[in-house]
Amino acid sequence: MVQTITAVFQRKPLTLQQQERIDFYLAITPWLIGFILFTGGPIVASLVFAFTDWTGLTSVRWVGFLNFKQLLFEDDLFWIAIWNTFYYAFGAVTFGTFGALFVAILLNQDLPGTTIFRVIYYMPSIASGVAISILWIWLLNPQVGLINFALSKVGIEGPLWLASQNWSKAALILKSTWGIGANMIIILAGLQGVPISLYEAARIDGANKWSEFRHVTLPMLSPVLFFVIVISIINAFQILTDIIVMTTRDGTGGGPGTSSFMIVYYIYQAAFQYLKMGYASALAWILFAMILILTLVQLWASKRWVYYEGGER
Amino acid sequence: MSTLTSDTPVTTQIRRTTPWLQRKSTRTKINAAIVYMLLLPGAIVFLTPLVWMLSTALKLPNQIYVYPPQWIPDPPQWTNFAEGWAAYLPFNLFLRNSLIITLNNVVGNLFSCCLAAYGFARLRAPGKNFLFAMVLGTMLLPQEVTIIPQYVLFTKLIQAIEPFWPSGGVLWLLNISWVPLTIPAWFGWPFFIFLLRQFFMSIPHDLDEAARIDGASSWRILVQIILPLAKPAMATVVIFSFIGNWNNFLIPLIYIRSTKEQVLAVGLNMFRGSYGNIDMHYMMAVSLIVLLPVLVVFFFGQRLFVQGIALSGIKG
Repeated sequence: MVQTITAVFQRKPLTLQQQERIDFYLAITPWLIGFILFTGGPIVASLVFAFTDWTGLTSVRWVGFLNFKQLLFEDDLFWIAIWNTFYYAFGAVTFGTFGALFVAILLNQDLPGTTIFRVIYYMPSIASGVAISILWIWLLNPQVGLINFALSKVGIEGPLWLASQNWSKAALILKSTWGIGANMIIILAGLQGVPISLYEAARIDGANKWSEFRHVTLPMLSPVLFFVIVISIINAFQILTDIIVMTTRDGTGGGPGTSSFMIVYYIYQAAFQYLKMGYASALAWILFAMILILTLVQLWASKRWVYYEGGER
Repeated sequence: MSTLTSDTPVTTQIRRTTPWLQRKSTRTKINAAIVYMLLLPGAIVFLTPLVWMLSTALKLPNQIYVYPPQWIPDPPQWTNFAEGWAAYLPFNLFLRNSLIITLNNVVGNLFSCCLAAYGFARLRAPGKNFLFAMVLGTMLLPQEVTIIPQYVLFTKLIQAIEPFWPSGGVLWLLNISWVPLTIPAWFGWPFFIFLLRQFFMSIPHDLDEAARIDGASSWRILVQIILPLAKPAMATVVIFSFIGNWNNFLIPLIYIRSTKEQVLAVGLNMFRGSYGNIDMHYMMAVSLIVLLPVLVVFFFGQRLFVQGIALSGIKG
């Protein structure tokens, strides 16, 4: 490296290797600048903010661990947000993984027409965004919404969904289940990567469909399932657009009451509505720590159920 | 990488058995019937919300709150689309703004991510592995951690450059309140860098080694050898980037103050907040228009999507 730099300054002809090094650093320069300005720098700044009571307007005042102490021991809203987020994430990830696995297995049967089914099941996960959140407000309308109409057809009186303290999280989980397509595609790719020779061997050994699934498909698929679960949990923890669009009444989201008040919405509200930048930064770091711990726990637990064909990594 | 479409050639890796029609055993047919019986109702359930959206968008106001719901509006009000679009909010402006910002970001993402991915995939230099670990690390970092300092950075930056910022004429293209939305796109996006890098890695080294020995520069190799071979991966990035930017809600919500400068996603939420309960038919019509480009892109690019997801998801 030093030789390369001196060569550049002394205008000596560069060797191919030196030229390649220079080109590498030129090629990644845009990313590197962006990384320093928009990610690396902000990480450090956010860590500093978390220990101040800065509002974005006043001067910065160092408060030590006060934000964290308040959040963990004095702020009921924080624990409500944590509970709601775990509740939602548990529902969304459970349905999102098992639903996607179920559909992927059906689509993997290699029957005519499965391409069309694949497109239909996959489409909703792409069509995300505000338009879809609005569509779901309408679908979940307690009086004339389609979901309660369908429930009434089978003799069930539908709940108030987004207008009910008890059902608002269930409504959000239901909406998330509509978007299982991305997980389904990943699992499907995993299923198609299972070597057919293993199924043949199992069949020769007299395995039935269930034991084929239990002892061939599931172990071979476990790394993919692990990936899907980790990513789904990270995504579920960061639910925000749905909260802002679907649960906001009179400028406050997370309702009714605090029944759908989630952690990222709390960060958004603290930072951009109440301008409590320091407090919101502390919240963001707690969220990050939670995601990190959850991922590490899963990584540890995965040793018990995830099978890597190439041996332990 | 395994492709998932049924018309691809049979390989030993992929689970492909004899064509379905040739399997004549009753058991297979019963099995198929069960699978269809499970797939079909599910598919109907998955499609219904969008059908319902269209149905509501075509109704007269007095048909909307009718119970039990009417599926086929009579007569269908096709004018709802134009009326809803023009009713309360300047959706033409929102559309223009969304188009400009999305186009800029797609081009910016493609440029910066191809460059970085090329570096990480093909060029040898000390520190490369460490830097690539940084790319992967930022993929896992929740944006909430960086969003507040970024907000501070951009508001200060805008305050500082505003006196010198050109305005008027065609320069609305460079609207100052869009700086936080349009600038970062030119500085790489970890997921796209990763996706492109994975694809670039799969291109045989012989080609660029030969070109290099013949005296081609790194940039010429990138433009004339790597990029032409990486069109599927680039198309995947274009599609993901288009949909991601088109749907982006939080960033414009935080930064853009003036209604005239707002984008479609936030405009749609403004519509909901102010008039949504009264005019559900307009609400659904406008939502459908906003959704349409995404659906079109999806249908044309769904194979690439599948490849992109499989590429980034499995080969990690």
